[in-house]
Parts: sequence; structure tokens; C-alpha cells
Amino acid sequence: MKAIKNIGLGLFVFSLLIFVLSLTFSNHTLTNEVLTKHVSKEYHREAIQKQAGDLLSTPFSGNIGFVSAMRPKLEAARIDLETRSGVDPANNIWNATNLPEGVSEWDFRMSVTDVDEYLFTLTKYSAGGLLPGNTTLFFVLSMILGAVGALLYFLPDLQLIPGIKNNHIYLSSATRGITFTPRMVFLGGALLATVLVGVFKYLLAAIITMVLTAFFVYRIAKRSREKNIDGSQSRTVTATKGLGWIGLVVGIFLISFYVLLYFFPEYITNWTLMLDPISRSLNGGPASRWFLYGFLYTLVMIVMGIRMLIKYRHNRYQLIRTTSVVFFQTAFAFLIPEFLVRLNQPYMDLKNAWPLDYDFYYGDSINKMVGQGTEFAIAGWGTSVGTIMFIWGVVLTLVAVPMFTYIYGKRWYCSWVCGCGGLAETLGDPYRQLSDKSLKAWKYERYIIHGVLVFAIIMTGMVLYTYWTGSSNILFFDSYNVRSWYGFFVGSMFSGIVGTGFYPLMGNRVWCRFGCPLAGLMGLVQRFKSRFRITTNGGQCISCGNCSTYCEMGIDVRSYAQRGQDIVRASCVGCGICSAVCPRGVLRLENATSDITTRTDELRTIHISEGEIKILG
Amino acid sequence: MHVVIIGNGISGITAARFIRKLSDHRITVISAETDHFFSRTALMYIYMGHMRYEDTKPYENWFWEKNRIELLRAYVERVDTANKQLMIQNGEPLAYDKLIIACGSKSNKFGWPGQDLKGVGGLYSYQDLEQMEAYSDQLKRAVIIGGGLIGIEMAEMFHSRHIPVTFLVRENSYWNGVLPAEESAMVTRHIQENDIDLRLSTELKEIIDDGQGTAKGVITNKDETIDCGYVGLTAGVSPNTGFLENSGIETQRGVMVNEYLETNIADVYAIGDCAQRFEALPGRRPIEAIWYTGRMMGETVAYNICGQKIAYDPGIWFNSAKFFDIEYQVYGTVLARPPENHQSIYWEHANGRMSIRIVYEREQGTILGFNLMGVRYRHEVCEKWIRDQVHIEKVLQDLSLANFDPEFYRQYEKEVLAIYNQQSGKNLQLKKKRRLDAVLQFLRG
Repeated sequence: MKAIKNIGLGLFVFSLLIFVLSLTFSNHTLTNEVLTKHVSKEYHREAIQKQAGDLLSTPFSGNIGFVSAMRPKLEAARIDLETRSGVDPANNIWNATNLPEGVSEWDFRMSVTDVDEYLFTLTKYSAGGLLPGNTTLFFVLSMILGAVGALLYFLPDLQLIPGIKNNHIYLSSATRGITFTPRMVFLGGALLATVLVGVFKYLLAAIITMVLTAFFVYRIAKRSREKNIDGSQSRTVTATKGLGWIGLVVGIFLISFYVLLYFFPEYITNWTLMLDPISRSLNGGPASRWFLYGFLYTLVMIVMGIRMLIKYRHNRYQLIRTTSVVFFQTAFAFLIPEFLVRLNQPYMDLKNAWPLDYDFYYGDSINKMVGQGTEFAIAGWGTSVGTIMFIWGVVLTLVAVPMFTYIYGKRWYCSWVCGCGGLAETLGDPYRQLSDKSLKAWKYERYIIHGVLVFAIIMTGMVLYTYWTGSSNILFFDSYNVRSWYGFFVGSMFSGIVGTGFYPLMGNRVWCRFGCPLAGLMGLVQRFKSRFRITTNGGQCISCGNCSTYCEMGIDVRSYAQRGQDIVRASCVGCGICSAVCPRGVLRLENATSDITTRTDELRTIHISEGEIKILG
Repeated sequence: MHVVIIGNGISGITAARFIRKLSDHRITVISAETDHFFSRTALMYIYMGHMRYEDTKPYENWFWEKNRIELLRAYVERVDTANKQLMIQNGEPLAYDKLIIACGSKSNKFGWPGQDLKGVGGLYSYQDLEQMEAYSDQLKRAVIIGGGLIGIEMAEMFHSRHIPVTFLVRENSYWNGVLPAEESAMVTRHIQENDIDLRLSTELKEIIDDGQGTAKGVITNKDETIDCGYVGLTAGVSPNTGFLENSGIETQRGVMVNEYLETNIADVYAIGDCAQRFEALPGRRPIEAIWYTGRMMGETVAYNICGQKIAYDPGIWFNSAKFFDIEYQVYGTVLARPPENHQSIYWEHANGRMSIRIVYEREQGTILGFNLMGVRYRHEVCEKWIRDQVHIEKVLQDLSLANFDPEFYRQYEKEVLAIYNQQSGKNLQLKKKRRLDAVLQFLRG
């Protein structure tokens, strides 16, 4: 049993190593063939050929060299086309006045986005050598082998007697987390580094920031650990025996992954190369970085979902819930949108509701849906698949979200359907205990999450105003700027880099707890108008704190349970783990309206019969 | 008025919290164990790595100052009842107007040779945990003496660290003085399937000294020698009342109290593990070292000190525990050796880790108690049935109201009812479904 686990762990680490190193297993040579095949717009191709002529047929031994040589050439090609089209920023001329006869503007001009896309595609397809010649082999080695290794590590647990197995969580440096001060230093450093790369594209500065941060975090964590052990005040026996350095490394790995994915996709082309065959078989096209992300996301959720099924095989609520959340990711977030593309319909994750799906009301998104896709008629009224999708998206937010939240609480979405929640409940499960349970954290949580909700509503309102009026200036703001700020700060930085990158340091629901505007919206429904609550079992609570410790949303469940008070909290995602880990059978998730106000009363006392004692307010 | 509480466990802290709710008295809580209140029942989870010490504190550190509850980390050497003051080790005497003794228990030692060696300890206090931790590195085997709730917890703790455990139990089946035979057999099996070396009908004779003052093994009453690096003494606890000698406060095994939790000395009260009733309540023991009773006494004493005189009434008996992976709940009267007139319905799952037992009075049919293994029942519902002396057949038909297992769990009320039908030749059917609305309607009615 132990041997199988070790082999599994070995395979996983080996595979992860191959995965990281595979980024370097290619050499790059730009050829006319690649240009012809992957730059279909004639004028763009000519401009690139002109600028990058000296790079043609020059071999580069790795993609870093190739990218740094290629980027200025593409930028030069763009400037060249801009000048030739008559655009002259120096003289404040922003329109193309000099286009060749019969050529539409953007077939001639090259946008900044085009540059990024060409950089990605040309890097990807100019690759030769070890990995590009053996993509299937490397796919198996770096992804499939890792999944198999992880499963080998989890499967022997089936031999254990079913029950709660949280042994060693705080004894392991992978899951113990780090103390408050170094954690906040790390958060600050990571945010600074993200802004450096995301806004200013200073990759080197960001890396230096991260290295320095990691160093300081290590120093502070080590010192506070020594203080803890020496000072008799709060000797924590076992918990501070070591630093949570594996967690720290995992966090840095996840953050780096997101930074590359969002801001530097041209460096991870080898990963997408491995997935081209799968992508083609699903949607007919090559693998983009988002396909890579979707594939890895789903694979990780399936593997870690199996871990969850093994861990909670005695608990049918967890079995059904985990199956549901993995199913919705695999089918709705990953496969169905790819098939839709293959069938020439608009791409849509049918379960993703605004405001989590924050770009749903962007003009370009609406245009990609309304009137698009196969046209058909319902009772003589002509419509199209895309139009129906748009209506579905609107109904999802306005009708389904409040209705189901009233009936079942926000868990129907957050821990049964949602992709972000799904990753948190599977990949994030080993880190759920790291959420901050303090009253202070709850205070910050309420400000931040509702702040993001307000931001999302204002941003969407501005975007829609622009869509209807064509004017992007509202008060002092440009709606395009506002939406790109939202995209960067909330979409990339909060939900990705902090939301997932901080799993091993701040718990698995950082995004859902502090950032998700949809969770904020459903939370308001859950708090004020929902049947959902957690009931407590009379006087059976022993205040042990397992429920609070394992609450991923940082709810101090114990504070309610020990008073025999029913729990109604905006943030509860209904994962049911508090009930699962309770050693005395105290907590139960319920849907019912009866007495919901009196039984959540803070001064409810059940220790002494209420008849004899007057309860003082 | 200055209320001083000796002991910051669940009893003392509950008293302090309720006194604060009811009054503006100055409150001081003294403890030599830890700075802050923590949940003693969670000590095992710290050792097993489920939680950190911080996580076992039910209140954050700012709570005490905010609620004006003064905390004093000190050891009380003596109580001077004549001058109403406490003698503090290495400190100034502390005056009180009302004193609550909530000093808890200590692990029993029955005069075994070697019981005071190093590497021998119980599991009650934070210091006990630290000692267990100190001996756990490189530990080849631990021997645990005493087959009660703490003994099995300690076994689970060492087991979680992959340390082999030998568990000496005096009885011929685990905890069969409390659990009925079938449940006792179930837990016994479960201990064994967790690879614990369980020695039934075996007692400790002697702990062997390694020559350096540390335990190196034990000798049983069957003259077997078992080598080990740690000996856990978990043969029950007794009140920790040594410091009250010559104080004038009457003690026997515990601090003697009346129904108002008052001692023989005016303005001195005792609650929790250390309190002993002059007259035990019917069906109850004079000392009940239980989390829940400690909490109820804390609440009661607060009302008494704050001018609402009320007798301690713990209500209908309930308790719970967890034996490795089997949860246990009990409501009402379920006896290990039931008298003639106690009839029980017992259902056990084929997996041997779940059971439901319902006890009722044979002639009248009134419900007496519930004993659950691996199944959760709702406290308030069971309590109401027992308090209202409901007929067993009514209980069985409404049994689903009591089910407290998580959603989607299989329910076994039908199987329980089928057993009754078989025993009685009747054909009763379940009438209610497990719905919270129905439960609350029942509780209001």
C-alpha cells in the first residue's frame, strides 16, 4: 500500500518535472512556409516577411530567444502597416486614410492583439526538435502519467476504513500553510509582481520581486516559528514543527502558471502543441491557450474529484455533490462549448452566469450571440441558436439564480455546478482548513466581495450604455478602460492568480469568499430570503472546532453550533464538510422556512429548559 | 462584586460568560494550564494534526477583554475562606466576593508500582498532550491502561502516527459497563480492525523502570511483559481537589454541593468535573465528569450568583463520543445490563459499524432511550419523546422525524420498525418523513 503510494507520488513528480521542462524542449526556426500557413492576411504576411526577413531560416535553440527576437519584428511590422495606412499618432490622425482599393481596414492594419496572436502562433509552429517531433509521447509523459501517478497515490486509501481521515494535515508542510504576517507579505509581493507583469510587462522585475518576497517570507516564517516554540505563551505542540514550504512552492508554481497563461502565452506554446490533436478532434481547430487551460482544469478536477470520492466514500452527500460538480465542468464548461464551435454555433458555457461571466454583456459578446448560429423558427417566429443562448444567459441570472438560491441556498451553484467552486472543492480540498476564521476576516470579506459586486454592476452598466449609444465616455471614464481594468484586476488577478494561486496559503475559496460577484449576489438572497440553513443538534456540540477549521469559507461554525443556534450565513456554499467532520453529529444542511428567524436567534439557549429561566437580552 | 472562578475549562468559562450576560460583576478566571479557554475534547485532534491549538479555542483572544473577563495565569495553592481570599503561588493573594471552583479532574492512578515514572501519563490537560508529544518521536509501542472513552481516543491518536498500541481493558468487552452487549461488541471489533492490540480481561500489575526513571514496559495481571516507550493511564478521572484541604470546604471524592451548586461555605460554589452532589439525582451519578453537564452547571451557577435561584437540573441524559470512525449518541436511559422491564429493539447494519437501539418499558410501552452507532438522531426530538413518555409505537411510526443524518444518506427507520413488527406481530408503517418543517411543527406542538 505504502509502496504503491510512493510509486504514484514518484510518477507524479516526474511527470510534473517533464511538464515544466517541456517548455524548453524545442528549437525554433521561422520559415516562409510557417508564415504562409499561419498568417492568412496577405498584407500582414508581407509586412512580417519584410521586417523579419533576416530571421527567416535562422535557428533558435529555445523559445525565449525566439520570442525576444520575434516580438520587435512583429511590432515593427505593425508600425510599418500603420504608417502606410495613413495612421499618424504624432499628428493625432487615428483613421486609416490610405488603404489600398477594396481592402477592409483590419485586413491591412495590424492591431496590438494581432501582434500577440502572431507571436503565439509563429512561436508555436516554428518549433522543431524533441517535443514538437514527439507530441504524443510528451502528452503522455507530462499529463497522462501525472494523472495516473496521482491516482496511484490516492487509490490505496480505499483500503482504509471509511471515515474522516484528516490525519497529519497540520503536520505536513504541504497543507499546514504559513502564519499571518508572512502570508500577508507574500500576498503583497505577489500582487505587486502581478501588476508589474500584467500592466507594465516587466517580467524580469516581477520575477525578482517574487524571489525577494519568497526570501522574506521564509525569513519571517522561520523567525515567528522560533518565537512560537520558545515563548511558553502559545506553544502549539506539533503545528509549528516546520514551515509550510511545500505549500509555498505549490503556491508559487500556480501563480507562475497563471502569469504565463494570462500575460505570456508565447512561452507556453509547447503545452498547446501537445494538445492540438485533442483540440482538433473536439472543435476542429488547433489548441489555444484557453483550450490548454480548459483541458488541464478538467483533468485536474477529474483526478482530484476521484480523490474526493475516495476520501468521502462513506458520505453520500459528498459523493453526489462531487460527481455533479465534476460533471458540470467536464460537460458544460469543457466539452459542450467545443462541440458548439465544431457545429458552427457560438461558443458558450451554458452554466456560467453573469456577473461571474463578466463579459456576457460586452458588445462584442452580444454580437457573437444574437442573430448568430443556425437560424430556425419557433411557432413562426424566426430566431437563431445564438439568440436563444443570449436569452438563456439573461434568464439564468434573473430567474434561475434567485429562484434556486431561495429553494436550496447558493450551494446549488457554488458547490454543485460552478467551475471555480468545482476546482476549489477538488484540487482545493486539501487546503480548506487554511481559510481565516477571525471576525476581522469576515469584516474584510463583506467589504471586498460587495465592492466587487458593485464594480461588476457599474462596469456592465457602462458597457451596455456604450453598446446602446455608441458613446464610450461616461462621466470621466471610458467604458473600454473600465472593462479592461475589471478584466485585469478581477478577471485575471483576483480570480486566477490570487483565487487559485493562494490555495495553499489562504485556503481554497479565496476567490469565492472575497471576490466572486455572483457569490456576493446569491449571498444576499441566501441571507435574507432563502430556505437554506444549517441546523444544529440540540446540546451535542463539544466546541472542538473541527467544523470551523474545515469551513473553506472561513465561517466560525462552532460559534453557532455551541449555542444550539441555526446558521444562516451569506457566504456558506453548502459544501457539507462541517457536517461531515463533526465528531458528534451536530450539523445538518436543510431547506425549510419554519422558524428560521427564531431558531437563528443568538440568545437561544437549550441547556436549561426555557420555561424556568427568563432569558435576558 | 468580584466573582473569581478557579479553572478555565468549559464549566468555568460558561459560568463567566453567563455572569457577564446577567450582570456587571467583576469576573476573574484563574488557570495554571493555559492562557485561554480551549476545548479539552479536541486535544486529540491537535496531536493527530487535524487542528492547531489555536483552532481549539472557541473564542478569539480579544473576546475576553471585550467582555471584561479578566484572565489570570496562576496556580491557586490554598483557599482562605475565612478572609475570602485565594493564595496564589508566587503571587499576591486574590480577594473574592463569590468563588466558583471549577478546577476539573486528574487522571486516576490506583497505586500501581511505577505509576509516577517518566513516560507515564493520562490525557486530560494541555500538559498531558505536550508530554505525549515529547515521547512520540521514535516511539516503538505505547500501552494504554483502561477501556473508557479517553483510552480509545489515545489509541486513535497513537494509531494516527503509525505507533503500535497495546490496549489493556479490564472488562471482557470494550466499555461494556456502559454500552449494551451488541454495541460493546461492535466497538471491540472496530478497535481490532484498526490493528490495535486489544487485550481484554487484562489489568496492569506494574510499570517497569528502565533504571533511569523512565517506563520501559508493563507487566499485566497475567504476568505478561509488554515492552513500550509510553504508558497511557486512562482508567477514569477523579476531582482535582487537593488544594482545598484544610480550607473548610467539604470534600469527599469531589467538592460537595447541594442542588444550587453551593458548598458548605457561604459564597463558594463548585461546578463541573470536580463537583459532587450530596444526593445524586435519580438515575444519575453524584459526579458526572462530562462536557455537557459542566456546561449546564456553569449556566446554572451563573443564575444563582446573579440572584435568580435555580436548582441544577441536567434534564434527560444525553452523551456522545466517537470511537475511531464510529459515531455514538445516546439519549435517555439505555443500560448495559437492563432490568427485566426494559425491552429494546436493536437493528444493526450488515457492515457491522452502524446500529440503532430503542429502549422502552415493557408493560406500558413508554419510550426510555435511544442508542445510536454510526447514525445521527436529533437531540430535541428524542428528548421530547422521552420527556412526554410517548408510546413506543407512536415513536416508531414517527421515527423519521428523529433522523439527523446528512441529505441523501440511506435511512434505516423502516428496518427498525420491521424488527418491532416482527417482535410484536403487528404491522405498523412509517407515517412521517424526515422534513425539517415537520420536525419543527412537532417540537412546537
